[in-house]
Formats: sequence, structure tokens, C-alpha cells
Amino acid sequence: MSTVAERALRAEARPRIRRRVRRRRVRRFVRRLPFYALIALIFFYAVFPFYWAIRSAFTPDGDLFRTPVQYVPTDPTLTNFREVLSSGEFQRALLNSTIVAGSVTLMALAIGALAGYALGRFRFRGRSATLYLMLSMTTFPQIAILGALYTMINRFGLFNSLGALIFSYMIFTLPFTVWVLTSFMRALPRDLEEAAYVDGASPLQTFYRVMLPLVAPGLVTAGLLAFIAAWNEFLYALSFTQTTDKHTVPVAITTFTGKSGSTFQIPWGQIMAATVVVTLPLIVATLVLQRRILAGLTAGAVKG
Amino acid sequence: MGAPAPILLHVDETMSTIQASAGRRRTRRRGTRLQRRQTRLAWMMLAPALAVVAFVAIYPLGQTIYQSFTNQQFLAGIEPTRFVGLENYREVVRDSFFRDAVVVTIKFTVITVLFEFVLGMIIALVVNSGFKGRGVMRAVMLVPWAIPTVISAQMWKWMYDDVFGVLNDGLMRLHIISEPVAWISQPSTALWAVAAVDIWKTTPFVALLLLAGLQVIPSELYEAADVDGVSKWHQFWRITMPLLQPAILVTLIFRTLDALRVFDIFYVFFGSRLDTQTMAVYDQNTIVSIGDVGYGAAVSVAIFLIIGLFVVIYVTFMRVEQQ
Repeated sequence: MSTVAERALRAEARPRIRRRVRRRRVRRFVRRLPFYALIALIFFYAVFPFYWAIRSAFTPDGDLFRTPVQYVPTDPTLTNFREVLSSGEFQRALLNSTIVAGSVTLMALAIGALAGYALGRFRFRGRSATLYLMLSMTTFPQIAILGALYTMINRFGLFNSLGALIFSYMIFTLPFTVWVLTSFMRALPRDLEEAAYVDGASPLQTFYRVMLPLVAPGLVTAGLLAFIAAWNEFLYALSFTQTTDKHTVPVAITTFTGKSGSTFQIPWGQIMAATVVVTLPLIVATLVLQRRILAGLTAGAVKG
Repeated sequence: MGAPAPILLHVDETMSTIQASAGRRRTRRRGTRLQRRQTRLAWMMLAPALAVVAFVAIYPLGQTIYQSFTNQQFLAGIEPTRFVGLENYREVVRDSFFRDAVVVTIKFTVITVLFEFVLGMIIALVVNSGFKGRGVMRAVMLVPWAIPTVISAQMWKWMYDDVFGVLNDGLMRLHIISEPVAWISQPSTALWAVAAVDIWKTTPFVALLLLAGLQVIPSELYEAADVDGVSKWHQFWRITMPLLQPAILVTLIFRTLDALRVFDIFYVFFGSRLDTQTMAVYDQNTIVSIGDVGYGAAVSVAIFLIIGLFVVIYVTFMRVEQQ
């Protein structure tokens, strides 16, 4: 119940309140200014190197190797991209990386899903020992077995072949895949599995008819992480391959000499174009699948 | 194969309270058979994974230890491989290049882990404070992690270029330096230059791990502290830090192990320049370029032990803290 006097009083108070609210908002903004500045700084630090790679990729060589440095290309060009994409060396590297990372991912998923099912759904003696083994393997220093792998690969006649990479990459993809898939498998409800058993499905049928479709998100996560790890690997790729036709992208990017670049100047424009070409799909994939990746990383690290 | 697992023992215990012993025996026998079948199946499903791990990791590790006691050369025929006892290890201890590499690696590890942790913590707290655009921020943070280390190294190497690099140009425009600096080739800045790349690439990742830890801290704790008038600073040290400790330790262990085996950035920046090589670069060079497999294996074992030492330090620290 409001009287006329009360209403008049409130009407009078309104601008005052509004003014006070506005003042408070301004004050809060000022107080938070350092905070926003900090965010801006973090953002700049995170993004600037990418910007620089992109701007260098679009800058013609004439402007690239001149001072003072141009912060925005005045006459952008696609020449660097054209040269890189038409270079046989780079095409070959993209193909090799795709073959290697693709096969490694598929193998790790196939073997890892079976192991993850066993470790996530069955109880048996040796289960936690196996889990610990897999966990310790995820932090295994690859350099520690470089020499042994090197001699093994030579003995098998795999030196300078993609097979050598597919073989050796299992060491850092498989244990991780097993670990991630185990945690996904364990999270599934028991009922579905039991329903399948009641309906007379064998354990293997239950595995690939019921459980595998249910852990599809886990497979995407683990597969993505395995793919990225294999795609980015450098030490083994550098040590176990020799000729340019067997190079993967990371090795090609460090040895790239360009098609028409002079021998004295590193063709930075083309290298940056290559960088952009290789990085773009990875950026898109991470942005689209970020939730999945985060789920996998935290399963691998925080729960560990 | 194998004894019944805990869950079945538990079932048996409850069953034993039931008087009908005949029924009980039947249940147990059937349970055991099922259990046995499951165990066999589990090992069969594990077999491929275990075989791969044995073949790609455990056998090579044994092989490395064996090689470290020999004088094996990559090019057979130079010298027949023979057993040399502890000769390689004696040499590792005397090897001043390796000693330098260890020092460089540990310096790099301390610098990067420290900066990544502090910066990652700040970023995690900022993102966790829930400002607008936090989802975007979290997605953007993953980007540097996803791109190959070699590629980020190349991007930075170009920014560091002493003549055409943007870093020199920018700093000179801001009047922070008066003349171009050769960031990479100059020994006094070289280590910091690589460290900056690693910090750039990995800080967001550290922040994400810490953020995951921050998000499970119940907000009621902060609300209660606010009611009691506890300052934000005290809240951080009294609530956030203790509850975040497990996440912090896991993050630190992962980062330290990673930093100790660093290879890619150093190789791209310096090749095998003697004053700035890491343990991994030195070892790779010994094995692949020089072909001294036996000595390289001893270096590998030494690296393995050094990394193991750090793990032991962390684990004991964790135990002590927990008590």
C-alpha cells in the first residue's frame, strides 16, 4: 500500500539512486582496471607470436628483410603460401605426418580400447600394477631409449622409413591412451553391461556392441591427444629418418630451405607460411574440441 | 588363474552368514568360475597393450642398460663390440661437456618451471574469477599447447632475429634497448631466450591444470571467509593454496619431468652448440651423429637417474607435506 506522498518521495529519490549506482559502477570499473589490463596483457602475450607469423607469411620478401620493421604488411601477398604449398618437400612432409600420426592414432586406439575395457571394467589381480605401469610409461623419458631403439630399428631394416616412426611413437601414445580410456570406461554405468550379459551377449560382443559406442567421446579425446602428440614429435623423427622424402612436418620445418630463397638468407616468409598452414588445422581442431581435450588432459594429469 | 578379487571375497563373506550351506557352495563355485573366466579375458584384452609396451619400452630400456656397459658403435666393423665394464660411466662422470649440459638443463628447468607456475597461477586465478569471455579465454589458452614445439620455436626464432626481428625493433621503439641485441647467439641471453619460448608455450597449459584444481574448491569456503571479513590475500594463502596443493604438485612434477628432457627448442635454436646444449641434445648427438651407441647409452642411463632423482625429491616432499 503506497500513499501519494510515498510515491512522490520515491520519484524524487530515483535519480539520486541512479546516480549513485552509476558512480558505483564507474568506481568498480576503475578498481578493476588493473585486472582488465592484466587480461589484455595475457591475451597479447598469447596471441602476438601468431599474429607475427601470419603477418610475416603475407609480407613479400622485399619488405620482410628491411628495417624499420613493418607491423602490418602494406602490400600483402600470397607468394609465400603458393611457394610453400607447391614445394614437393613440404607436400611430402604433410603426407608423411598424416600417415604416421593417423596410423599411430588408430593403433593406439584399437589396442588401448581393449586394454582400457579390461582395466576399467574387470577386477583381477595385477590390475592396479598394470595401471601403475601404464602411468609410469606416460612420463617415460624418450631420450633414455633412443640408442636402443636406434639399433633395434636398424636391425629390423626400418631405418629411414615411416614404419620406424609408427613403431617408436607407440611408446608415448599407447600408455596415455590406455590411461584415458580406462578412466572413461570406469565412468560408465554397470547396468548397460549387465543388461547385455542378461541378453546373452558374450563379453567381447558387449565390448564392441555396447561399451565401445558409449565411450565414443573418450575415443575422440584419446585419439585427438594421440594424434597431436604424434604430429608434433621431433626427436625420433629427426633421429630415425634421413632423406627429405621421409621427413615429417616438424623436421621439414627446421630444414626447410625454400624453393627460390637465396642460400644466404633463411626464407622466413615461406617458413612462416608453412607454420600457418600447419598450425591452422590444429587451432581449429582445438577450439572445436576444447572440452574433449580438457577432459582427456585432466583425466591424464589431475587424477593421476 | 589368480585368486578371487576383493569384491568376490566380500560376496562370500555376506554369503557365509546365510545358513543354507549347499546353496552357498554352488553360488561360490559359479562365481569363481565366472571370475576366472573374466580374469582370463581381461589378460587377453590386455595382452596386445602389454606386448607393445614390453617391446617398445621395457626391452629397449634393458637394452640401453646393457649397451651402456659395452663400447658398441653404430657403424659395426669399426671395432668389434665388447664388454667394457664401468668404463663408460667413469667417462660420463669426467665428461665436462655432459656436466655443462646438465647445468644448462637444470637452469632451464628451474627458470621455466618457476615462471610457468607463477604466471600459470595468475592466469588460472584470473580465469577462475569469472569475467565475461572466460570461455573464449580458456579455448585460446589451449592453442599454444596444441601447436608443435618446433613450430613455436621457429616463430620465436624469427622474432628474435637480430636484424629484422620484431623484438629488437619493438624494444628499440619503446627505448628499452638502444641497439639490436643478438638474443640467441649471445651467451648471456641465449638461455633466457629459449626459456621465454617454453614459458610462452607451456604457461597456458599449466594454467589449465591449475584451473581444473581451482574449480573443485567449494565456493562456500570463500563465502564464509567473506562473511568473517578475511581479506582476499589471506583467503588465497589459507584456502586456495592448501586445497590446491595436490593439483600444484602434480603440475610441478609433470612440468619438471618435461623440462628435464627438453630437446626440440634447444635443437632448433642452437643445433649442438656446445655451451647451450641440454642433456637430451648431447645424448642425441652422441648416439645419432657420432654413432657412439655404448657411451650414449651410459649418458641415457645418467639422464634417467637424474630425472629419477627429481621424482624422488618431489615424492618425499609430498609425503612430508601430507604428514
